[in-house]
Amino acid sequence: MRRFADLHLRSPIRNLDQLERMVSKSSELGYRLVGIPLPPNVTRDEINQLQRICSGAKTDFVTRVKLAPKTPRELLHDLRLLRRKFEVVSVTCTSKGVARQAAKDRRVDLLSFPATDLRKRFFDHAEAELASRALSCLEVEMAPLLSLTGFSRIRLLSRLRIEVAIAKRFKVPVAISSGATDEHLLRGPHDYAALATLFDMPQPSALRALSEDPVAIVERNREKLSPDYIAPGIRVVRRKTGV
Amino acid sequence: MSRRVRRRYLALKVVSEQPVDGRDVIDAVWKAVLRLFGEYGASQASLSLIEYDSQKSYAIVRCSRRALEMVRASVASITEMNERPTVIRVLGVSGTLRALRKKALPTG
Repeated sequence: MRRFADLHLRSPIRNLDQLERMVSKSSELGYRLVGIPLPPNVTRDEINQLQRICSGAKTDFVTRVKLAPKTPRELLHDLRLLRRKFEVVSVTCTSKGVARQAAKDRRVDLLSFPATDLRKRFFDHAEAELASRALSCLEVEMAPLLSLTGFSRIRLLSRLRIEVAIAKRFKVPVAISSGATDEHLLRGPHDYAALATLFDMPQPSALRALSEDPVAIVERNREKLSPDYIAPGIRVVRRKTGV
Repeated sequence: MSRRVRRRYLALKVVSEQPVDGRDVIDAVWKAVLRLFGEYGASQASLSLIEYDSQKSYAIVRCSRRALEMVRASVASITEMNERPTVIRVLGVSGTLRALRKKALPTG
């Protein structure tokens, strides 16, 4: 059975009531893994509190940090500081330089682009080629598709169609997430898969983008963050006790 | 010889702040199909409301099998009804009403 993941529940972590409602709605809709973006200075207590909320709703909580650096240098600095603290690192690319640096850096998991400012969506052939050599995924948020209307939605659909085609050509994985700010913008995985057909993403690929691809990111990073991890393919299997 | 038209039944749950009736639900679905796929797409959908339970806010709609993904995308895109925030969730899809009631609608 598929394990569906929503790596972007955009709820303020201070508003615990709303967050609890959103997490339980996600669980009800069939998601078994939810990612909540956290501020870089989040405390261990806050993480534990979120973990409790998610385990109460029978979902797996994923810590995520959203970086929005202005320069490639700032991105490298943020990655150095934060990569080992969070399970998923996403970069909102607001300039071409940042987009290129994020695409080639193996520490970046998700490449995210602004939904409303289409001139800042830098996912082109060059970006996809860099991303295909690294480990980054293209993130597609569905909330703007629901909230935008008229020409803005038409333009977004048209842009997403191009980006998904490029990602497919260069074998860059796509991760579909909700990007929902409240529970009214949450939809079930099969509904998102149906919506993804609007930008010519076949249903099996869309379901993969909602399950296998995001789950693979989380599992890979959890392994790397585990104290037993040494290098790719090398891990501690047993420690000598009593020394 | 023309083949029999295959259909799919969708069980829907309407989540709205105000009470809605079956007419509102099917109108909202029609409008969403028209908005996303135009008149050509809507003409392929063969949409109709089979039943609506206003107490529990459950609806069953029928569409052609070819248009299932189109209808599902349209239903997912609905965010308001009568200018009030509304969500319509698909509870299940089946080829027969009996199977749909069995798997998607709560009994009692």
